[in-house]
Amino acid sequence: MKEKTAIQEFVKGLWDENPVLVQLLGLCPTLAVTVSAENGMAMGLAATFVLLCSSFLVSLFRKVIPGQVRIAAYIVIIATFVTIADRFLAAFTPDISKSLGPFIPLIIVNCIILGRMEAFASKNGIGRSLLDALGMGLGFTMTLLVLSSIREILGSGTWFGMDVMWGSFSPWSVMILPPGAFLTLGCMIAGANWINNRRKA
Amino acid sequence: MNLLVIFIGAALINNFVLSQFLGICPFVGVSKKVDSAFSMGMATTFVMVIAAMVTWLVYHFILLPFKLEILEYVAFILIIASLVQLVEMFIKKVSKPLYDALGIFLPLITTNCAILGLALNAVLKEYNFSETLVYGLGAGIGFTLALVIMAGIREELELVDIPKSFQGAAITMIIAGSLALAFMGFAGLI
Repeated sequence: MKEKTAIQEFVKGLWDENPVLVQLLGLCPTLAVTVSAENGMAMGLAATFVLLCSSFLVSLFRKVIPGQVRIAAYIVIIATFVTIADRFLAAFTPDISKSLGPFIPLIIVNCIILGRMEAFASKNGIGRSLLDALGMGLGFTMTLLVLSSIREILGSGTWFGMDVMWGSFSPWSVMILPPGAFLTLGCMIAGANWINNRRKA
Repeated sequence: MNLLVIFIGAALINNFVLSQFLGICPFVGVSKKVDSAFSMGMATTFVMVIAAMVTWLVYHFILLPFKLEILEYVAFILIIASLVQLVEMFIKKVSKPLYDALGIFLPLITTNCAILGLALNAVLKEYNFSETLVYGLGAGIGFTLALVIMAGIREELELVDIPKSFQGAAITMIIAGSLALAFMGFAGLI
């Protein structure tokens, strides 16, 4: 691969290497929490926070952590920041923390984060790692926001809690149930494939 | 009776994959062939049951008495990671054929969020020891069931002409959606 400029490290996470739509990582939280736009946003930002902090630490200590135990070391670093994010959400936004439930602690095993540590932060300097983490985090947040907006608007007729549909609109309740998550994400991945195929052609 | 309700609840009604969205990565990754899906499901069930027991013991006998609940996440993930390593070594010693059959799937179980989700859920629901055990078993069987059904459908899918954009992950998601719809039918079971 060619050496990328700093801007490219940041931008690649937004679309070309989008963690959800292209790399298919971190699907569990993506599907589970996107019942409302608010939840999707909170999950995206929490994951971005953890990704940024752990990228910083892993990149800082990349020459000190021995190869054999690196995964265990990454997991402990990630788990620490997830605990911080979890306590923070529980203290300042108790409602969101409640509705996200076990999916905040599950950020620990979110493959996006471990994947970036292993594939990027452990091999690159702090500046680049932070840019990469920010790009991936924002790409993840954006995807979550789009997915949860579609589901909330069609499934409850609201967006961030505001009424957005006309009066006689009857919500498609299947959209906020599990099947709706799978179907919407399937269509979004297909859409991303379609756009990428056309761009290549 | 209570134990039966927990078992059916974890395996069918609140199926880990199709209604709680836990363990989607192996569900998408290892559901191409029925054989490997079944092995993966069994290995996961095995780790789930043991992990559920050990995390319960650690939470109730170490973390709670010493007021260390804040370390819950760090402790659980370390337990699961070392447990998977232990199980791997144990299977290698005891049954080489099984070890070869499971191959790469074993270490990957560490990052299966269904295991950590199970441990956290069991604490959240305040299950006692035997309930936790049954909950782990039910969750594992439910996971295997979803994985095997999915693999069966995907084997047939290879003969089908799928639109280009939908090939791969997209069609898998759509199928999972229909399966989830079907599993919602179990909701009235109890």
